[in-house]
This record gives sequence, structure tokens and C-alpha cells, in this order.
Amino acid sequence: MPWDEGLVNSLVYDAPDPKEGRVLGYAKAVNEALEIALKQDSSVFVFGQGVDDPTAMFGVTKDLQVKFGDKRVFDSPLSEEGMMGVSTGAAMNGMRPVFMHNRPDFILLAFNQLVTHAAKMHYMDNGLTKVPMVVWAAIGRGWGSGAQHSQAIQGLLLGVPGLKIVMPSTPYDAKGLMLSAILDNNPVLVFEHRWLMKKDGIVPEGFYRVPLGKGIYRRRGKDVTIVGASHALELGLQAANKLAAEGIDAEVIDLRTIKPLDEEIIAESLKKTGRLVVVDTGWSMGGVCAEIGCLAAEKWFDSLKAPVRRIGLPDIPHPAGYTLEQFFYPDVKRISQTIRELVHQ
Amino acid sequence: MIRYDYHGSGFAGWQEKLSRYEPAFLLKLFHDMLRIRIIEEEIERRYWQDHMKSPIHLVIGQEATSVGACAALTRADLLYASHRTHGNYLAKGGDLKAMLCEMHCRINGCVGSRGGSMHLMDKSVGMAGSSAIVAGVIPIATGTALAAQMQEESYVTTVFLGDAAVEEGSVSEALNFAALKQLPIIYFCENNFYSVQSPLYTRQPKREIYKWAASYGMPSVVVDGTNVLAVHEAMQVAVTRAKQGGGPTFIESPVYRFRAHGGAGDDSKTGYRDVAEREAWEKVCPIETYFAFLKTAGLIDEQARKVMAGEAMAETMEAFDFALASPNPSEADLYTHVYAD
Repeated sequence: MPWDEGLVNSLVYDAPDPKEGRVLGYAKAVNEALEIALKQDSSVFVFGQGVDDPTAMFGVTKDLQVKFGDKRVFDSPLSEEGMMGVSTGAAMNGMRPVFMHNRPDFILLAFNQLVTHAAKMHYMDNGLTKVPMVVWAAIGRGWGSGAQHSQAIQGLLLGVPGLKIVMPSTPYDAKGLMLSAILDNNPVLVFEHRWLMKKDGIVPEGFYRVPLGKGIYRRRGKDVTIVGASHALELGLQAANKLAAEGIDAEVIDLRTIKPLDEEIIAESLKKTGRLVVVDTGWSMGGVCAEIGCLAAEKWFDSLKAPVRRIGLPDIPHPAGYTLEQFFYPDVKRISQTIRELVHQ
Repeated sequence: MIRYDYHGSGFAGWQEKLSRYEPAFLLKLFHDMLRIRIIEEEIERRYWQDHMKSPIHLVIGQEATSVGACAALTRADLLYASHRTHGNYLAKGGDLKAMLCEMHCRINGCVGSRGGSMHLMDKSVGMAGSSAIVAGVIPIATGTALAAQMQEESYVTTVFLGDAAVEEGSVSEALNFAALKQLPIIYFCENNFYSVQSPLYTRQPKREIYKWAASYGMPSVVVDGTNVLAVHEAMQVAVTRAKQGGGPTFIESPVYRFRAHGGAGDDSKTGYRDVAEREAWEKVCPIETYFAFLKTAGLIDEQARKVMAGEAMAETMEAFDFALASPNPSEADLYTHVYAD
């Protein structure tokens, strides 16, 4: 839809410099990771409703079935819980499934298998059974997706032992983190964001990994620490760059994975800046913002010069309408204002 | 009032089929059922002593389904179970000591005290998993069959489920997928008519479960769950089909649990089912009917049974002693294996 495209395109990304390497789109970077994994290891397979359809999950699964056949890349019944269990059972017995969903909202139907079975099987079998599987979904903000097609559910899963949760923000990370996720011997959720699918970046050819559980500095600064992942971090980074002109020097940490959480990098930065802003694509309450805010209060209280600020979603369901959405979601302007308030406090 | 009758015909007609089986095999089926019964009764007898700090779901009355089904499987074939695991695990070749250690919360339990009675797993004998979320393992078993098919492995996956499991949506999803992909799997439904204390008629319309399963596009049969030979025969057909690439099979097996859903003793007196109903089914006890059948055939007598029972009892006592003397886990054991390396 043109108005929706306009909304997505309203976020302008810094264009990568082709002199620094090969420029690749986000979806293509993930596609490349899947292709490499499928080529490297015959136990990897990719499935989920629509993986072979013409839109190919934003292009992420494009041509994979042509290249690897319909035994290893296949469309599936919608059956969310059933297929999550099928994925778990296959992973427990020698395979490395990548189970794809268009929207995280549908994963809610599969919580029994994901939370109560896949995440716990290794522990319940006293370390003998492994569940190396990847569950992939793209958060679907915008286009009137509303309460049931826009949800970012990572906060609901943050407290589940045994799971890992990956939330990339760049094409480079999306590829490297996906390869790490597939090679990991645990159930790993990869939450992409629909708005990032159009982002370009420098992406090396061939195999490389970005480690799970390690954050990275996207910007160095001394006045305030902005921490988060995925699209929210992109907004935070843009806000930080904007505030530099006003003399506010923000440090930006991309967590890359929210579970395991790289506490060290946050603590290190906070010791320097004394101010913390947590950004997330999900609800502030009980989610990534809440957890990191709590960690700051519990472990790094002595570093804090000011209260922690959370920039997630309000405790309200996602509205569908275009105008309501603008009030609902944080944007660069609102994030900037929060940071200003915090620094000048 | 007897709400759920026995509709089988016992071992009528089986005399003619007897020559198909080796006498040792026929006696082993009896031995395995008797052994499970003796172990279960001993667990029940000791349960009040409070050394087993684990919920239990006894299989007393349902021995023929586990034993008959597992007799058609090899060690390499995989078995999944729900919460009523004891019979499945023992029939699959599970280690009695490891099972009792698990129930006594000891470190050398088959899963190191992380499961208890409801979550017996043991890769060494093909006990691939069990779940307390009634239908929880059904999709997992289905995924296992998918893995076998993709890797061109020859093992067959069997999953035990109860009548209430089919009320959970994931069973429908799993059957649909298994039929779609023609997976090498057997869904073995023990219909014992009660889910905890809820009778079947409050939960499902009047129709037969195996017919419902057939609508997913797979062969589906009903077989007398008190007749160990009938169960074995149905399983053999299903296993052969799966191994030859013929896809999944659903087997419904009506059977009765002589005890409460959980814990020791029967709870029929609470009124959710009639004591007379249990007593009627006890008359077709899978062990006694099979014993009578073998005795008529001249394959066993009271004395031989006594010897068998004595051996099983001695083994059980030794396993209990072993469990009670086994070490408890340490605090450090709590923290291992949250994540795989």
C-alpha cells in the first residue's frame, strides 16, 4: 500500500559506503545465511507456511526451494503448535529445523511446544537431548496490522529458561546471527522487524558468524547510554546522531541478542555515562525495558546519576489505524526528547 | 451403573493362531505384564511411606497395551509417552532401578531427578520422551518420524496417548501432518474412558475415536486393550506398514485403569465412576485372562507363575533398596544443562 510504504520509508537509513564492502539488502542477507546453512549441513531444513510462495517471507526464503528441493524447504500446514512440536521432535533427533513465521503473533499459538517442551527438553533429559532449532518471525508494525499482527512478543519469552532470543538491527548482523542461531544447539528465536527489511548494509560474502549473547557499541559517547536491539535500536541510534548537534554525546549499545543478555557491556557503559535509556519494540512493562531497568537498579545503582528511562510500547494493545499508530509508537523525535530530559535533569 | 462396558471377546478364537508364536515369546509377554503389575503394586504399597516424592500414575489394568505394543518394536524404535509412563518405560526395556531412583528423586534416576514419574526418558532404550501436557509429545513424536524419514533411517516412532489427548488441538494438527507426509509413526491411543475424573461422555460426542482418526487419512483400527496378543498383532501390522513406507497408523485400544488417575489406590468410591464398573473390568484383567489362555494351552501352570512372580518381586525389592541407598542430587546439579553447549 502506498501510504504504508510511505510510512516505512519515512525512516531513512544511512546509506552504506560501497568502498567499505559489498552492499546488500537486509532480507537478502538473511536469505544468504539460510542458503549457506542449507549448503553446509544436510540436517538443516526450512519450513513454515509460505516459505515457497512468491513473496517468500519478505524475500528471505526466495529461491531456496528451487535450490534445495521441496524435501528441505517446504510449505507447511498452518498448525502452529503442531508444527512447533514437529520442529522440536525433528531437532531432538538429528535435524536442524528453521521454522518460519510471517508474524510473531502466530507463535503465541505454539507456546505449549516452545515454552513447555522445546525450551526444557535438554534440562529435562539431564543434558542428553539437544534441541537445535531456529524459530523465525518478523514483527509486523504498520499497514493497519493492529492488535493481532503487530505484536513484539520477546518480552513474554524473556523469562523462559532454555531459550535464546536474537534481534538483529543490521543486514550484517542478520546474516551472522542467523548462522550462529542455526549452529547453536538450543532453541533460538530470531525476531526480525518488518521495517528493517529494506535496510541496506555492508555484508561480506560467504560464511561468518556474529556470536550470540554479545552486544556491540554502535556509537561511543559519555553523557547517556542508549541500549536496545532491532528496529528500536535503529531509532535510538538515529536519535543519538541527531542529539550530537545539540552537544549531547550518547553511547549506543546494540544488544544483538536479548537472551542471553550481555550485562557486561551495559555495566561498562553505564559506569561511564551514569544515565540509561532502554529502547525496545515491545511493551515496556514486563519486557526487555523492564528487565534491563531492574538490572540497573539491582546491580548498577551506584553508577546511576538519574532514573532509568524506558522507551518501549505503552501498556495498550496495538491500534490498527494510521493516526493512532503515530501516537502509539515511539519515534526518533520522542526518543530524542526523552534523552534530552534525562541529560538535562 | 456401568457406563463403559467391555466389548471385547477375550481370547476366543486365538487358540487357532497360537502356532504362529514361539512359546518363549508367549511366556515373555505374560512375564512382562506380571512384572509390571508386581512393580506397580509395590510402588503403590510403599507410596504412603513418602519416600517417593513424585506424583504417580499407575498402569495397573493397562499392562497389555504397553507390553503388546513394545513387543512389536526393536530397541532402535522410539517410544513417546504421556504422563502414565511406567508401563511404557518398563516394556520398552527401561531400567527398573533408574525408574525407581527417578521416583525417589535420586541423582541416578534416568533423568537425574529432573522428571519424576511423569517424565521418564531414556535414550539408551529408545524411550524418547514423555510429557505431562497430555498431548504434548504427539507433535514431537511426529517430528521425530519426520526426522527419520528425512534421514532415511529405518526406525519407527510410536507414541502413546490417552482418550483426552485427542481433545487437544495439536493431535489433530499432528495427524494431519503425518498423513500428509506419510510419516513412519504409530499413534497408540489407550482409551480408558476417564480423563482424571471426567468421563468420556462429558468430553466427546458419541463416536468412536478410531473413526475420527481415520478421517485424517490414515489406517485406523480398534483393538482390545485387555488382549496382549491382539495389541501385538495390530502393532505388527502398523510397524510393518511404517517400515515399508506406508505411512502412519492410528490404533485405539479400549482398556481400564483399575486405580485412580493419580496416586495410590482406586478412587471410584468418590462417585465419578461406579465401583461395579471397575469390578466388571477386573474380570477381564489382561494378566488373568492371558494366564487362563496360556494355561488352557498347556504353556504355563500355577507353579511356573509363582516362580515368575517370585523373581519379579525379588528384583523389585532389590531395585527399591538400590533407590533408597542412592545419593540425592547436590545443589550444583540444579544448574547444569539449562543450555546445551
